[in-house]
Amino acid sequence: MTLTHEVRTKEALVRIEGVHKYFGEHHVLRGIDMNVKEGEVSVIIGPSGSGKSTLLRCVNLMESISAGRIYVRDELIGYREAGGRLHDLSGREIAAQRREIGMVFQRFNLFPHKTAVQNIIEAPIQVKKQSKAAARAKALELLDRVGLADRAGHYPAQLSGGQQQRVAIARALAMEPELMLFDEPTSALDPELVGDVLSVMKDLAKSGMTMIVVTHEIGFAREVGDTLTFMDGGVVVESGDPREVIGNPQHARTQEFLSKVL
Amino acid sequence: MSIQAPDLPATDRSGHAAPAPELINAVPVRHPGRWLGAVVLFLFLAQLCQSLVTNPNFRWDIVGTYIMDVLVIQGIGWTLLLTVLSMVLAVSLAILLAFMRQSDNPLFRYVSWFWVWFFRGTPVYTQLVLWGLVSVLYPKISVGVPFGPELFHFSTQDLVTAGFAAVLGLGLNESAYLAEIFRAGLKSVDGGQMEAAEALGMRKSKIMWRIILPQAMRVIVPPTGNETIGMLKTTSLVLAVPFTLDLTFATNGIANRTYLPIPLLIVAAFWYLVITSLLMVGQFYIERHFGKGVDNLVQAPVKASQTAAAARAAKGAHARKEEGEEL
Repeated sequence: MTLTHEVRTKEALVRIEGVHKYFGEHHVLRGIDMNVKEGEVSVIIGPSGSGKSTLLRCVNLMESISAGRIYVRDELIGYREAGGRLHDLSGREIAAQRREIGMVFQRFNLFPHKTAVQNIIEAPIQVKKQSKAAARAKALELLDRVGLADRAGHYPAQLSGGQQQRVAIARALAMEPELMLFDEPTSALDPELVGDVLSVMKDLAKSGMTMIVVTHEIGFAREVGDTLTFMDGGVVVESGDPREVIGNPQHARTQEFLSKVL
Repeated sequence: MSIQAPDLPATDRSGHAAPAPELINAVPVRHPGRWLGAVVLFLFLAQLCQSLVTNPNFRWDIVGTYIMDVLVIQGIGWTLLLTVLSMVLAVSLAILLAFMRQSDNPLFRYVSWFWVWFFRGTPVYTQLVLWGLVSVLYPKISVGVPFGPELFHFSTQDLVTAGFAAVLGLGLNESAYLAEIFRAGLKSVDGGQMEAAEALGMRKSKIMWRIILPQAMRVIVPPTGNETIGMLKTTSLVLAVPFTLDLTFATNGIANRTYLPIPLLIVAAFWYLVITSLLMVGQFYIERHFGKGVDNLVQAPVKASQTAAAARAAKGAHARKEEGEEL
């Protein structure tokens, strides 16, 4: 096991190859290439409308891509290649692919009619067919990990934004994904609540989780990120070591963007 | 500068206790119009009560005689049964139709649209008469291969009894209206809910049933309660089938026999009001159930101490498991 693990860590867990995306006439992604290695934290920044969220949403099929390929663990996302053509995957197959990929949304999207613990156990019970007791024990452990052990019986409406987002992270982790996607996870939070969510993400990164994070938190990118990608106008403008990109941006557009957000 | 909690002693910047603030005791705005209105309303009600007692044409003695009459009580039973069965049929179909309307399958969408178009577009009275006459239209229902051999058959008259025709007529008609109410409810749920559930790898049918519909019910229940109360009164149309055991038919029958329509209208109105009131109580509890987490924020019974203990226990078990794996 350790041998294959070592071999695998050198490979990219996520391979994004020549991806284009059109919304009608609107060309949102214009040929994106990007690799994310296992255990890596890949941070994507860029102005609104740059396509960074769309790219993230393509990885777990929240959006379909118009051209190119996305692979997660060498498995083509959204299609099956047969007879020289791509075939759409069925709903069942798409759901199976999504199980391996956790996603955290800007607006949390917790289920408001379920308590924190019910939010977390829903998919393990319904999708992975875990027993209620096992799912619950795991959920309480996850809640403890995100610092909310005493909020298990609270409904989302009784939690602050930061607490809701931490429950949302725990909910995604309960499916034991091999990849976590974060779509501007702190953008909807009051400034004083951002830190709690970022520290949970930091711990998660330390534990070796592969993460793609779309964010405006440059500090987080510098501290936690293994690579930083700056996107603008649907292309990758610049990518590399976060400290390098932030400290010494090579492109004028990167410089201009960073001067506004730093 | 910070806001002081009211129970803490207020202090000024130098640390001395500040004097308690003088609380505002303002004179409220007077509303003489409201008092005048109340007096007028009271006088009107007093007059109405007086007329109810003194006008002999109400025939309260007859109301008293028939209010617990066997035919009337049986009529209530049948009316309730028709209402419940038709609504159960209508709600089941409406959920199915609303899901079909949102399906990726175009065939489902068309069938659902056509169903609503037809059953909403023709009068319920016409539909009831038609269901009553279905055994004239199709005396025999047989199941078999089209243009091929017949597998088995049965007589329509035996299958579609008057009660069955009444429930079918009321339920199918109502399903079309309810389907639109359910569709509106499903649409009212934030799109992020579907995405969050999809991202967890849930299948669409499961998402609709477990995530979207329970949230939509908050919006669906009040108009459905409305429809149920409407249905209670619509059951009086089953005479068209003809089905002749419901409350309205029973009281009308007695009224025609005794030539005393007014007291029997009062009997019917009284019982419809009683049933409606009971339905409203039921609706209250259903609304409270589906308001969980939004309108009804009572915490679910998870004790904080239990939670922390369980989390620690789980952690311990997890740690032991990992140790075991390493060994």
